[in-house]
Amino acid sequence: MKILVCISNVPDTTTKIKLTADQSAVDLANVQWIINPWDELALTRALELKETSGGKIEKVTVMTVGTQSAEPTMRKALAIGADDAIRVNAEPQDAYFTAQQIAHALKDEHYDIILCGIESSDYNGSAMGNMLSEFMELPAVSSVSNIEIDGDQVKVNREIPGGYEVVEPELPFVAVVQKGIAKEPRIPSMRGIMMARRKPLKVVEPAEAEALTEFVRYEPPKPKAACKMVDADNVEELVELLHNEAKII
Amino acid sequence: MPYPYTPPDYYLLDELLSDEHKIIRSAVRDWVDRSVMPVIEEAAQNHEFPLRFIRELGELGAFGPFIPEKYGGAGMDHIAYGVIMTELERGDSAIRSAASVQTSLVMYPIYTFGSEEQKRKYLPKLASGELIGCFGLTEPNHGSDPGSMETRIRDMGDHYLLNGAKMWITNSPIADIAVVWAKDDDGKVRGLIAEKGMKGFSAPETRNKWSLRASVTGELVFDNVKIPKENILPGIKGLKGPLMCLNSARYGIAWGAVGAATDCYNTALQYSLERKQFDQPIASFQLQQKKLAEALTEITKAQLLVWRLGVLKNQGKATPAQISMAKRNNVEMALKVARETRQILGAMGITGDFPMMRHMMNLESVITYEGTHDVHLLITGADITGINAFGIKAKNR
Ligand SMILES: Cc1cc2nc3c(=O)[nH]c(=O)nc-3n(C[C@H](O)[C@H](O)[C@H](O)COP(=O)(O)OP(=O)(O)OC[C@H]3O[C@@H](n4cnc5c(N)ncnc54)[C@H](O)[C@@H]3O)c2cc1C
Repeated sequence: MKILVCISNVPDTTTKIKLTADQSAVDLANVQWIINPWDELALTRALELKETSGGKIEKVTVMTVGTQSAEPTMRKALAIGADDAIRVNAEPQDAYFTAQQIAHALKDEHYDIILCGIESSDYNGSAMGNMLSEFMELPAVSSVSNIEIDGDQVKVNREIPGGYEVVEPELPFVAVVQKGIAKEPRIPSMRGIMMARRKPLKVVEPAEAEALTEFVRYEPPKPKAACKMVDADNVEELVELLHNEAKII
Repeated sequence: MPYPYTPPDYYLLDELLSDEHKIIRSAVRDWVDRSVMPVIEEAAQNHEFPLRFIRELGELGAFGPFIPEKYGGAGMDHIAYGVIMTELERGDSAIRSAASVQTSLVMYPIYTFGSEEQKRKYLPKLASGELIGCFGLTEPNHGSDPGSMETRIRDMGDHYLLNGAKMWITNSPIADIAVVWAKDDDGKVRGLIAEKGMKGFSAPETRNKWSLRASVTGELVFDNVKIPKENILPGIKGLKGPLMCLNSARYGIAWGAVGAATDCYNTALQYSLERKQFDQPIASFQLQQKKLAEALTEITKAQLLVWRLGVLKNQGKATPAQISMAKRNNVEMALKVARETRQILGAMGITGDFPMMRHMMNLESVITYEGTHDVHLLITGADITGINAFGIKAKNR
């Protein structure tokens, strides 16, 4: 069995996002890049499954659509424990474009389980995983919070309101995972980082593909207005403010 | 954790680090965030070192990062070692001290001066944290002047007999082995490996420290301890042995101090933007800006210093005097930054809710051990004038 984990290269979550002067793009100067947190958890679960599979899972591959600048993030995924990596050499434009690139690159490859994060922490589009399953004509399970391998059967927990359902998808399939999939992401060890140097990172050229989204303009959120404190006994003033100032009642 | 840790990089030094260095940094930073930050304040208040740190540091690979892989290290360069030290000391100087001692004062001498059997026996277990090591040089009567040490080994034919006492030894009470420096029958300084459990060897703890409270410090007492001949480090004779170890450790400390300073600066900057007095953020007052601006200037200089020193060390060109200069400058820098930024927080700054007092108190040890602030100045002075000012006895040696 082989597992593929799709990884997106995103700005560190502590980054203070700045826009370019004309607000047409995010200013990426001096941004630190990380593995998308959902993907990092997916990778962690994939490695746990491999380690406890008694050799049944031969390898865990990580895959990204990105330019050369995404390679440190792929090296980190290898340092965490992935066996090899594939990078489609293209600037990811939108989910449609990315999903097509991955599907194309996997045309002649076989993976039993393909893991995608439910969203990426940069644009939060939440579309890639399901689009990928469509392009690959594979079943997809979304909102996955756990995956277990039980003999030849894969059991997947899918979050639903008030609980979860257990699904046994046919292999191969795409699992769109959410945060509960692993407890916490693995931290690579220094030895893992050195080993990552020697692991294969294959670069494949992109296919013809179009993006369906156009980014017109970005706007930063309005700064938070000052907080007005109203005395707990002064309900009248509160009502007056909600009515005349906030104009919500 | 009061604020997210976003350390300054005013001169874009990141561009001088490799991608691998950045992965190393983020790994160690994540470990510190996850494992150290939630408990370090309480550990320091309680004067205790959480032992699980040793195992976790071993798993992370923070012990012996520059030791070759075949002995359990990671085979990394010296900038990687420096980056690791910076991140650990952002957590606490106690954590960095544990890694410094294990790496530079225990693994380094065994790797550099040890026999092949010694390397195979000890290094992989020291790297994984299965074994804890300590380094015994300082004695009750000899600190800055270790060349006058009184600890002795006597050749008994098939073994040596070790007598003497060492003091202020990081991790001695919890260590499994000690790299001990003692004079032989010819008065030459020799290195040896003493193992816990050897008859006549004890390691009582030193309590009541106001500094490095989350680090264990103690003595090493040797009363007619039988040391097998194969426990002597064969590759070195003379004071040069321990001094080479100190060089490696001091190099790491120069990097480490930057982490303590950036933690203080980062905290003070964010606090000053939030805290209002006279209806304004205190960051808008010139006096507070002076503190912040000067702290950032000094941090930036210190970052540049260690980066360049790292390049020289990778090329095998860093001199002991250059390392002394960086250790002295950077530790004093960190201590001053801790003091100044603590004031920015007013009364809040004295509490354990913020890291400044802890770093400040820790740095009093850091500015003392591995050569005091004065001693490093004397090293620079001797290097530039050619005149040794350590005292009459030192001149005659
Ligand atoms: C927390 C902690 C952990 C430590 N861990 C270790 C360890 O693991 N292993 C180990 O071997 N040691 C360790 N040390 C010991 C440390 O290295 C010594 O404390 C240090 O070398 C200074 O020695 P001393 O304390 O005896 O001071 P002294 O040498 O007595 O110095 C006292 C003062 O005199 C000054 N002075 C000394 N000589 C001169 C001179 N020639 N000219 C001008 N001024 C001078 C010094 O600068 C200092 O201000 C540790 C110390 C501390 C505090």
